[in-house]
Parts: sequence; structure tokens; C-alpha cells
Amino acid sequence: MLSTEIIYKIILILAVFTVTLVVALYSTFAERKVAAVLQDRYGPNRAGPLGMFQPFADGVKMFTKEEFIPGNADKQLFILGPSIAMLTCLMTGAVIPWGGDLTIGDYIFKLQVTDINIGILYLLGVVSVGVYGIMIGGWASNNKYSLLGALRASSQMISYEIAMGLALIALVMMTGSLSLGEIVRQQDEGLANIVYQPLGFLIFLVCAFAETNRAPFDLPETESELVGGYHTEFSSMKLGFYLFSEYINMFISSALIATLYFGGYNFPFQHSLGIEGNALSIVQTVVFFGKIFFFIFFYMWVRWTIPRFRYDQLMKLGWKTLIPLAILNLFITGIVIGFKNGFFN
Amino acid sequence: MITQYLFYFLTFTAIFCALLVVFSKNPIYSALYLIVTFFATAGHYFLLNAQFLGAVHVIVYAGAIMVLFIYVIMMLNLNKEVEPHKSNIIKIAATVCGGILGLVLIAALRETELGEITEYSNNGIGLIEKLGNVLFGAYMVPFEISTVLFLSAMVGAVFLSKKNIH
Repeated sequence: MLSTEIIYKIILILAVFTVTLVVALYSTFAERKVAAVLQDRYGPNRAGPLGMFQPFADGVKMFTKEEFIPGNADKQLFILGPSIAMLTCLMTGAVIPWGGDLTIGDYIFKLQVTDINIGILYLLGVVSVGVYGIMIGGWASNNKYSLLGALRASSQMISYEIAMGLALIALVMMTGSLSLGEIVRQQDEGLANIVYQPLGFLIFLVCAFAETNRAPFDLPETESELVGGYHTEFSSMKLGFYLFSEYINMFISSALIATLYFGGYNFPFQHSLGIEGNALSIVQTVVFFGKIFFFIFFYMWVRWTIPRFRYDQLMKLGWKTLIPLAILNLFITGIVIGFKNGFFN
Repeated sequence: MITQYLFYFLTFTAIFCALLVVFSKNPIYSALYLIVTFFATAGHYFLLNAQFLGAVHVIVYAGAIMVLFIYVIMMLNLNKEVEPHKSNIIKIAATVCGGILGLVLIAALRETELGEITEYSNNGIGLIEKLGNVLFGAYMVPFEISTVLFLSAMVGAVFLSKKNIH
């Protein structure tokens, strides 16, 4: 049993890894297509039918570009920066439940790499370590624009982590569990968490945009002010790692929003469809990916709709709007839970 | 068995990186080695089945405090070129002080009793449910008072950083 379990886990880890990379690869393509639709253009349409092979062409281009390390850069840290960025964004997929259980023979396989009972803390830990990739890379470039980009990224991520953590605490208070598997199971029995935590969801969404450095909060890489921001000096696949990690982060945070607030792999009336067991699990996984793709599309939609914030506006929103709102949300959640448990009687 | 190997690996990493924190000339490298040391310590917490403590250790120390450290080092742009030259008297004084501190530590550690080493892995004392029940049950008042202390420290920091105080 133990060896079957380990082999299955290895296969699942490889599958999650591959799916993450493929989705991120095609997100780059989707971003250009969505941008094209929103701006009334064609977008990339040369490589393959409808431009479907464009991401591979981009990948080959990235790999074959000259690998250049600036003379005054700190070589070890210059290589370490993109590596940390890539490592941390791939680590988060381990705790996300991708679907129900699969039963093959006597074995029950969970479609989740590990259901640790501190899942949300693990997520917050990985997110808070993720900032080092950008900071180290930006500092090691020995370039003022890169340094400014890195400083912006780190202060932005620290500021928004607080509001994100507070929004998550309200969710944890409500569900009474830090395990993502348990949070999803509870949404199967009751309603999706968005119904109970609309304000918390909004705060989490805004913070997710800021944490992934996506527009309208993409101040660490503003072309108009900072050339390329923290990755100005990077070329070839090191730049590729940074750009790619942004898309992976987008995929993972979409998966998280779906898991925490939109029922994860559950969908309404799933038990009255007449399918059960493995078939239901597969449908659930498909539905889950549908939710994820919707949020990835939402990221792109927002990018081409809302203009970039000014830096002081960003900080003001983070500290003076989102954190008080998150505390208010926490307070209201606490009072409601108190009423439900008869604390005020 | 694997726990023992992990213990030795984490201990070696922690001590080795802690030494590198002191011996690195570049402050950024010192800070980065300190982060690795924090990770190794967090690994020790996980081995003791104190999952909450381990996770919070990573989030607070490696994720928040050290980010601010590195932030300040980057802002001040400290590197070995701009480091002021230290005179020999300071170096001798530092060596003597360090030696005396080491002496005191050795003297104190010689007299300590090791006590019984109990098996921690199965009673689940570090699990988050138990910790929460203890913190918000038996130790409710001290816990709340410590939060007030944090609040006052925060207000003080905000007050000090204000430019126009009338």
C-alpha cells in the first residue's frame, strides 16, 4: 500500500507540475489574444492554426537568445533570483485540491498532493517567501531601475500580505479549519464561501492582483518609468523564468480564489446529476479548471480595462482602505459567529 | 531513522549558515544566510510536530522581518567598499568582549542539567487545535495583554515616524 501511495503521489506531483506549466504557457498566448479582442485587433495568428503554436515559438526564442550577465552584477544572486521566483510559484500547487477522490480497484486516490492541516499557513508562507525572487534579482542586477523595481515589489507585497492574511483569517474563523481539503468539503455541504464572505472575497481578490504584480498594480515593472523594472538586466531564459513565474502565479491564485470562495471543484446540484464515483470526480476537475480559466480571463480583462495606479495611490489603497475593511470584515464575522453560537444570549 | 538524518541535516545547515551570517563580508549575503538558518530552525519545529510554530516561524521571520532587513540594506546600499575602516583598538575590544561572553556562556552551560528527554512526537501538543485551545483558554489574559503590548509598540512606531509633531 505504501509503495502504491508513493508512486501515485509522484505521478500526481508530475501531473500537477506539467499542467501548471502548460496552463501558464497557454496563458501567455491567451493574454495576447484577449488583449487583441479587447483592442479590436487580430493578435498572434501566424504560427500554426489560429496562432496556436505561438507559445512554443516564444519558448524557442527565449532559449536561443544570448545569455548575458552584466559585468557589475552579483553573479550568484543574479542566477538565484529567477530560480527562487520559479521555485516558490511552483510550490503552491501542492496543497490545492484538484478534484474529488478516484477509486481504482481497492485504492482511493485523492486528487490533492497533500492535505496538510496547516494548508493556508503553508500558502501564506510560500507567498511571503516568493518576494525574495524579485528582491534578490533586482538587487543583484546592480542597476538603479532594477533596484527601484525590487523595492517597489517588496513593499507592495508586504503591504498587501497583511490585508490578504486578515481576509483569510475571517474565512478560517468561519470554516474552523486551515486545511484546504476541508474548506472545499464544507462548501459541498453548504453554500460557496462567497455568499458568507463577499467583502473578504473582494479584499482577497484585490490583494491577489497586487501579490502577483499584475495590472493595475504592476508598478514593479512599469515600462514608462523603470525601463523593465526588476528584470531590466535579465535576458534569455532568466527573463523567461520571471515572466513565466508571473503567469504561474496567476494560475495558482486563480485556483486559490476558486478553492477558497467559489466551492473549489464542487458545482451546484452535483449530487442530483445521476453520476457518481470516478465519473463525478472527473467532471468536478473539469468544472474546477473552468472556474480557474474564468479567473485567468478576469485577470487579463482587468489588465486591459483599468489603468495603472500611481504608487502613493497603491499604498493608500493597501493601508488605508483594504486593511481597515479587512478588520471590519473580521469584526462582523466574529459577531455573527458569536450570535450563531449563542454567545450573546 | 529518516527523522534522525533530517535532524542532522537541519542542524548542520542551521549552524553552518549561522556561521556564514557572521563571516560574510557582504551584508546582503549575511541576511540571506540568516533566512536559510530560519528555514532550518523551522524544519526542527516540524520534526518536533509543532507545525503551527514552524509555519509561523517561516511567515514571520523569513517572510516579513527579513524582507524588511533586506529592504533596509538595499536602501542604504551597504557593501564592503563603503564600510568604514575600523581601528585596531575597536577590533581588540571586540575580541575581548566576545571572549568574555563566550567564557560566561561556557561557564553557564557547564552547570546546566540536561534533564529527561521525552518523546514529543505523539501527544500532538504543537498541533494548531491544541495550541489554540491553550492560548484562548488557560492563557487567555496573558495572551490578550501581550497583544495590547504589540498595539502600543505599533502606535509608538507610527508616532515616531511622523514628521510634524507639535
